Amino acid sequence: MSAAPVHVAGERVMLDPAGVLVWPNAGLLAVSDLHLEKGTAFAKRGMLLPPFDTQATLDRLAQSIRRWKPKTVVALGDSFHDREGAARLPAADLARLNAITESCRFVWVLGNHDPTPPSGVGGESVAEFEAGPFVFRHEAIHGARPGEIVGHHHPKAMVPTRGTAVSRPCFVSDSRRIMMPAFGEYTGGLDVRDPAIARLFPRGGRVFLLGRERLFSFALGGPAPTEPATAKLRAYGGSAKPT
Amino acid sequence: MTGTLPELFCQWFAAQGWEPRAHQLAMLDAARAGDSVLLIAPTGGGKTLAGFLPSLVALTETPSVRLHTLYISPLKALATDIARNLMRPVEDMALPIRVETRTGDTPANRRARQKERPPQLLLTTPESLAVLLSLADAPEFFASLSCVIMDEVHALAGTKRGDQLALGVSRLRTLAPGLRTVGLSATVAHPAEIAAFTGATRTIAVADGAPPSIAMMLPEGELSWAGHMGLEAAPQIMARIAASGMTIVFVNTRAQAELMFQALWKINDATLPIALHHGSLELEQRRKVEAAMSAGRLRAVVATSSLDLGIDWGGVDQVIQVGAPKGVSRLLQRVGRSNHRMDEASRAILVPANRFEVLECEAAIVGVGARELDGDPPRPGGLDVLAQHLLGLACSAPFLPDDVYAEVTTAAPYAALSRKDFGDVLTYVENGGYALTAYEQWRKLFRDSEGRLHVRSARIAAQHRMNIGTIVEAPLLKVKLVAGRSRIGKILGELEEYFAGLLRPGDTFMFAGRLLKFIQIHEMAVECQEGGTGDPMVPAYEGGRMPLTTNLADGVRLLLQRPTEWDVMPEQIRDWLRMQRAVSRLPGRNDLLVETFPRTDRWYLVAYCFEGRNAHQTLGMLVTKRMERLGMAPLGFVATDYVLGVWSAQEPHDIARLFDEDMLGDDLEDWLAESSMLRRTFRNVAVIAGLISRNHPGGEKTRKAVTVNADLIYNVLRQHQPDHILLRATRADAASGLIDVGRIAGMLARVKGRIVHMVLSRVSPLAIPVLLEIGRESVRTDDNEDALLAEAEAIVAEATGPQGAMAFQWEISA
Repeated sequence: MSAAPVHVAGERVMLDPAGVLVWPNAGLLAVSDLHLEKGTAFAKRGMLLPPFDTQATLDRLAQSIRRWKPKTVVALGDSFHDREGAARLPAADLARLNAITESCRFVWVLGNHDPTPPSGVGGESVAEFEAGPFVFRHEAIHGARPGEIVGHHHPKAMVPTRGTAVSRPCFVSDSRRIMMPAFGEYTGGLDVRDPAIARLFPRGGRVFLLGRERLFSFALGGPAPTEPATAKLRAYGGSAKPT
Repeated sequence: MTGTLPELFCQWFAAQGWEPRAHQLAMLDAARAGDSVLLIAPTGGGKTLAGFLPSLVALTETPSVRLHTLYISPLKALATDIARNLMRPVEDMALPIRVETRTGDTPANRRARQKERPPQLLLTTPESLAVLLSLADAPEFFASLSCVIMDEVHALAGTKRGDQLALGVSRLRTLAPGLRTVGLSATVAHPAEIAAFTGATRTIAVADGAPPSIAMMLPEGELSWAGHMGLEAAPQIMARIAASGMTIVFVNTRAQAELMFQALWKINDATLPIALHHGSLELEQRRKVEAAMSAGRLRAVVATSSLDLGIDWGGVDQVIQVGAPKGVSRLLQRVGRSNHRMDEASRAILVPANRFEVLECEAAIVGVGARELDGDPPRPGGLDVLAQHLLGLACSAPFLPDDVYAEVTTAAPYAALSRKDFGDVLTYVENGGYALTAYEQWRKLFRDSEGRLHVRSARIAAQHRMNIGTIVEAPLLKVKLVAGRSRIGKILGELEEYFAGLLRPGDTFMFAGRLLKFIQIHEMAVECQEGGTGDPMVPAYEGGRMPLTTNLADGVRLLLQRPTEWDVMPEQIRDWLRMQRAVSRLPGRNDLLVETFPRTDRWYLVAYCFEGRNAHQTLGMLVTKRMERLGMAPLGFVATDYVLGVWSAQEPHDIARLFDEDMLGDDLEDWLAESSMLRRTFRNVAVIAGLISRNHPGGEKTRKAVTVNADLIYNVLRQHQPDHILLRATRADAASGLIDVGRIAGMLARVKGRIVHMVLSRVSPLAIPVLLEIGRESVRTDDNEDALLAEAEAIVAEATGPQGAMAFQWEISA
């Protein structure tokens, strides 16, 4: 699996196809939107999704940590699907999570799903985390100073391919910020063309779609829609006559 | 015989100038004997009245204030229409009978009134029946029920809606002992299975009316080698429309409907009123077209299967089928749309779109003449539907598993259901049925000390009722026509998400008979404006194509084997087949002809399987995998309804091994795991089984639909519990559906030891069409999305220069 290097403010950052960001010089690994215990959150509401999501998410997180051996891990918010998520962790998963938080400096950046520090879990909780030229926060701030590393929107991109289209979670980046894909097992995505994401990248940028072995890079739009053309189609009985 | 019909009814028949028909009286006899019955009659046979007549008579002889007869139709609109038609005899004779409808659109106050004061005749759909059965008062409401009439039962049996109906009726039999069931069916290939589905002990079959007159019409000039649209025939179709009263132009796909509609209007110099009707158009637009049709204000409608079933439009003078009919039964159904009277011959014209379709049309005409109906026998009931049903039962009243097992196995689709599968489905409903017992506190059902199952909360029940139904739409986006910069616009219909993903701002596409320019996707809507320039795209819909039926495929093979019957075919087709016989050979009826030949720098393999496109797609994946292992370096394949074409860098050899039955083992499993078809199937299963809710109580109020991506769940479940009941249900569905493994298995077994390999020096005449399909059809070597992304990335890099390619190295200026 090959990570892609990106140079940011004189610092080299690696985008890993596993969906984590690594800053090698600081020994820092960032991961976003784990949404742990989303399965039980849905179960409470009557949808008994397969209950393996926390386990699967922690498996992949542990794998990334083994690979990069970071000194610091930053979880960019929405680490738990709701406030009570941490309290619902099955004993085995809680033990695994605490083994991770004890193995390094573990920073929980708070998100909108988990606005309060997780109870009974190791690590420190902060609203934002600053390090070097970067600020790690959950949700991007419009007009923030460059160097923002954010999550929240679960960006995904759809790329037309032969006869079909492939949709994948992705990193989005321009000269000001990097938006990270959601890491959690049951996290869906929001298309990068959605105004909520697109307005954060007004001059376009690049998207990096997650692949099995590597990232796939494409330009992110930017051009304004063309002017409306006048058309004359006459309607008839629920259909139209083309001219 | 008329003696059995009460005087009042005899007079009414006489006043209409009608004579009671033999089958109508036979239905009356069956009712008096208390027999459940299947009535098989062609369109226009007075089938619906025959179904209702016994109930009208019984209620006249013994008036009642309780629910007596339930009529269930697959079509909501039909139930409304029948209410109107039924009202006439009821009102004319002043019968003491109230007739009401109950569908998803029935307002709450009327629903409440129906509960207080039930009508004697209630018209409904399978979905609304399931909702009624999930209510606590179901036992009381249905206790008096005497008869259930299932209309268009041939269209329901073997589908998930049919499974739901059969389960609902099994429940009704328990609630109303002595219940009589009545099935109304068109002529079908498997009457015994349909009778079993109905629960009928007696079958009344009405002889078919005058045989339809079906002719083939070829476009001028040289016959097309490939393609499915048949647009070259537009001028002749236009001439036929102009020369006739009202025409339905049936096509096979929605994309074809859009294109044919455009092609006709381009040459519609007399501006004849011609409309468009397909399943992706906004409901209101479709209703408008239907109303214009009924009122006789149209001269033609270009339609897909959206007009196959449904109310009698009357006044249809001819049916033109453009493109291959795909099956004899389906063709008969469509042909029957014209001239809805049994004693007159329906008229239809077939317009083949390419050479193979000429053969298929000819075989279909022969099949219609010989009444060789086709269609597969109904498959076993879906476990996802059973899961929905079981939760519905618990919502109504607590039950004992053994009682319910005995009950559901009285429904024909579940007659062979094992106790273990039943138990697994029930456990799934209770607590998800996962290896990890994580949901003890959130289980949906709990058991009392006597072993009865109760629903956990009223909230679970409310949520269940909002999600009843077995029709699952693909992820769709509304198409919204917006004016200027405003967001307010008119909804034209729906597009599949993947197609919307292909659009870039400024792209033009055809939809709802209009030329539209794409602006953007906003809040689950594709916003667009009229007009635009450039080559428009045409939306395609997954699964929009019917595969060729086995019978018709056999008909085509037979036709190829009998040169004496070629006389009826056009000269060009005869030449084509004679040439094929000279340079290679013709596919036999029981063998498998495989040709290999070099062309430019590649080798081609063409297998004439005639098993339908879905099966050929799956076969293509399996054969290319095997070729890869044998070092033949396959480069791609294309599947049509008739043949599979594969191209490779090395010469294919050892053909018998390539097509050996054992390919259905590990290779199939490996591929299935990744297959997008299986993912699509899983999504439907998960929604029907209630794993994913479509609707939540109070859900409309929240800003975003509370939902979760089925693909993500599929991945997790497959990895952690591959034998979960929903994955088993998914594989069973896919095997008979999108991947059609059943048909491949049948073919491989049949042709074992009978593979005829022709090594040719160049392309054979019969192989030309498939070569031309390359590039036209989407060619997929596999489902490997990463490979597709890598290719797309490389293409973009090539087109945009080194900046695009060197995307990873750039500076973010701080």
